[in-house]
Amino acid sequence: MYDVAILGGGICGCSLLYALSRYTLRCVLLEKENDVGVGATKANSAIVHAGYDPMPGTLMAKYNAAGNPRIRELCSELDVLYKQTGSLVLAFDEADRAQIQKLYQKGLANGIPGLEILERSEVLAKEPSLNPDVLCALYAPTAGVVNPWELAQAQAEVALQNGAEVRLSSAVLGIRRENDVFLLETSDDMLKARFVINATGVASDRVTALLEPPSYTIHPNRGQYFLLDTTQGGLVRHVVFQCPTKKGKGVLVAPTVHGNLIVGPDSDPAEAHDLATTTEGLSYVRQKALKSVPDIDFKTSIRNFAGLRARSNLTDFVVRESTENPGFYELGGIKSPGLSSAPAIAEDLVQRMGKAGLPLHEKPDFRAERRILRFTHLSAEAREEAIRRNPAYGTIVCRCETVTEGEILDALRRPLPPRSLDAVKRRCTAGMGRCQGGFCGPRVQAIIARELGLAQEEVPLDRADMYILAGKTKDGCCRKGDAPNE
Amino acid sequence: MNRAYYDVIVVGGGPAGLAAALSAREHGAARVLLLERNASLGGILNQCIHSGFGLHHFQEELTGPEYAERFIRQLSGSGVEVLCGAMVLEVRPDRSLCAIHPQRGYLQLRAGAVVLAMGCRERTRGAIGIPGTRPAGIFTAGAAQLYMNIEGYQVGRRAVILGSGDIGLIMARRLTLESASVEGVYELMPYSGGLVRNIVQCLHDFEIPLHLSHTLTDIRGDKRVEEVEVAQVDADFQPIEATRRAVPCDTVLLSVGLIPENELSRAVGLEIDPRTGGPVLYENRECSLPGIFAAGNVAHVHDIVDFVTSESQLAGRSAALFVPEKNPRRCLHLQNGEGIGYTVPQRIRPENIENNVEVFFRVKKVYKNATIGLSSGDTLLAQYRRERLAPGEMEKITLPRKIVEKIELNKAILSVKEGISP
Repeated sequence: MYDVAILGGGICGCSLLYALSRYTLRCVLLEKENDVGVGATKANSAIVHAGYDPMPGTLMAKYNAAGNPRIRELCSELDVLYKQTGSLVLAFDEADRAQIQKLYQKGLANGIPGLEILERSEVLAKEPSLNPDVLCALYAPTAGVVNPWELAQAQAEVALQNGAEVRLSSAVLGIRRENDVFLLETSDDMLKARFVINATGVASDRVTALLEPPSYTIHPNRGQYFLLDTTQGGLVRHVVFQCPTKKGKGVLVAPTVHGNLIVGPDSDPAEAHDLATTTEGLSYVRQKALKSVPDIDFKTSIRNFAGLRARSNLTDFVVRESTENPGFYELGGIKSPGLSSAPAIAEDLVQRMGKAGLPLHEKPDFRAERRILRFTHLSAEAREEAIRRNPAYGTIVCRCETVTEGEILDALRRPLPPRSLDAVKRRCTAGMGRCQGGFCGPRVQAIIARELGLAQEEVPLDRADMYILAGKTKDGCCRKGDAPNE
Repeated sequence: MNRAYYDVIVVGGGPAGLAAALSAREHGAARVLLLERNASLGGILNQCIHSGFGLHHFQEELTGPEYAERFIRQLSGSGVEVLCGAMVLEVRPDRSLCAIHPQRGYLQLRAGAVVLAMGCRERTRGAIGIPGTRPAGIFTAGAAQLYMNIEGYQVGRRAVILGSGDIGLIMARRLTLESASVEGVYELMPYSGGLVRNIVQCLHDFEIPLHLSHTLTDIRGDKRVEEVEVAQVDADFQPIEATRRAVPCDTVLLSVGLIPENELSRAVGLEIDPRTGGPVLYENRECSLPGIFAAGNVAHVHDIVDFVTSESQLAGRSAALFVPEKNPRRCLHLQNGEGIGYTVPQRIRPENIENNVEVFFRVKKVYKNATIGLSSGDTLLAQYRRERLAPGEMEKITLPRKIVEKIELNKAILSVKEGISP
């Protein structure tokens, strides 16, 4: 019997598991895929919004304002890549200026610190590569960029170290409530929990429907992106937005924590699994972005991707306890600023569950510690020391991102070991660079196989069954020293 | 920390680095160090198990590993120091380097001259923006080649190949020989990007169709590639609606171009030629910073390894003979006229030429009965004829010193036109 079962291992689910792991509770997180943070959490703009955009009085405004500083703390505690860049919302005409003034007022109402409206010369002084036609801009110093999937992983890892459980590849197929206890039927087990939180993102209305009619419906909305090479990463220093439209916050241009430049998204209704990019969507993104930053060199694009916003039929986030089935909590419609809000939503929800009878006794031995060796961040002396301590830090496997074998091995030995090539990439950036794993992919796959005791063919690209290899060749491996296979 | 000094340090142990290191040693460099990031020498040749290497250099037909082996054997006893598993992280303008190695640790090295021979990498899906989903089964041709020829794994059963670069053509045959079916090779341009001999030996001989002026307009599939959509393109390379059709397959190979790998070169501040993607080179393969040389695919992408070897021998020799103080007086700029995509070298210092200088170049389209002209001011200095020129086949002309000396105002233009001019 679990005290709490969390459905969904995205940024909300992982933040919840982490918040709960402080207490002497038995908690489990169920994730249908083979890794955490692989839905909207891995495919978004990776922005920690300042919080001036949501309508004052909404849950979005409350959680964004509280989440922004909380993420900053968490990233420092858990060694997650984060950078406080500040953001600019650009105005190109008087209509835009009026919008920016509205955003500024909303920001004041939401209690967002440091907001300023800057005129052209000040804007261009801050960000010289912007379109010189910019009229003015809303500057928000507390906005930042984060590695969103690492924030999910880090919280899950530390929760695991503090006794929580994570079950991967475990989809929820049925939910029943009997005598104040929830029975969860998963793909391979049946488990019991007193409290259940549905944090399944784009699937959340369908998952709630396993228990009761959902109070909202999800209408996924797809956004497409370009990720450009690190040669473009210094083009802007702030997150650069255009004025928001009805469809969303518009196309942004931003540095990433890994030194790349991210450009996107567009906004289009889509099916729940439709992560395809389209010629039209990408060309829209390209055109819009060039209005903000005319010198973006799209020839340096290293990847396109699409993410799905868990947009609902309601305008605000849904964070509620079921009235029919007390103890069942819904997190719904957590679209932008969901990433920025997640830790605040989690901590608030835990307190609410406490008031609803979940006993919150702090663990005396709780430890929020996580340190990652990132070879490229080290000084010459520290590199020398690292290689002396462990020669695996002296072998570069991913040449584009300068990732050592030691870092890959570290990733594979962390509390939530990656099981695929992309899961390793999401932990130590191997394969994330300009050759996109063309050179290091096979080597990383071999290391994963060796460490996890699998055959190399069994290591998928990303999700389970995304097989890379279709078997052996007629003669098998002919590497020096290896006998050909029978 | 290790701060050893070498007369010449060569970065990269593929065909370019092997030839450069040997040549530097032969031309008198006492201490030569060859740094290779992989566990063994040979570079990409190791995965090129097909034959066709060495026809120019050895007048023999060798496989890639055999070609590499010839040079690796010469290394033992040559006095060249070799360090495999060493990754160079930085080259500095004063010709010092830092590298890491699992046993030697963090290495700080100094060199009289440096030869850059890091090779190239493949253009990826992200660079060309093929729309669609992101399932498994999409490989650059070279990555698939590594999986098949080094690791011994089959990458798929039913493949479509985008781009008719040489590696794509070679892999079309390789997949077929491993009993996969290759549905077709789709090339955006109206001509192939590969060598004619590869079109014949890899496609025609195996009845694999080559669709010119075609592209991939969509990749579909959830976990593994299920099908692609292909379409013919118009003169502006836009897909023609009526020609869109689905081709079922489980694998997509991309052979859509190679990019010289110049991260170290950019970081040290070498001038890069956007046409080659490599450093701007002088006649002796020196780059824009004195004492730093480049050769092979890091400088410009070659079709034939034999030319990499001869160019790298030149670079190695130049590195061995490099004297920092010596500054040649005159420098000529070789400019690209009509039809010329790029030249290597881009700059020539006449007093460094003994008898003649070889100029490598690529043309921008297919020419028949072409005339190549070198002119300076209003004067046509030299003409060369070729039966056929194609962008996929690098060409070279040899300029005698006496012609180079006639170049006026330090500027000459190379151009090409169809037909025989009077």
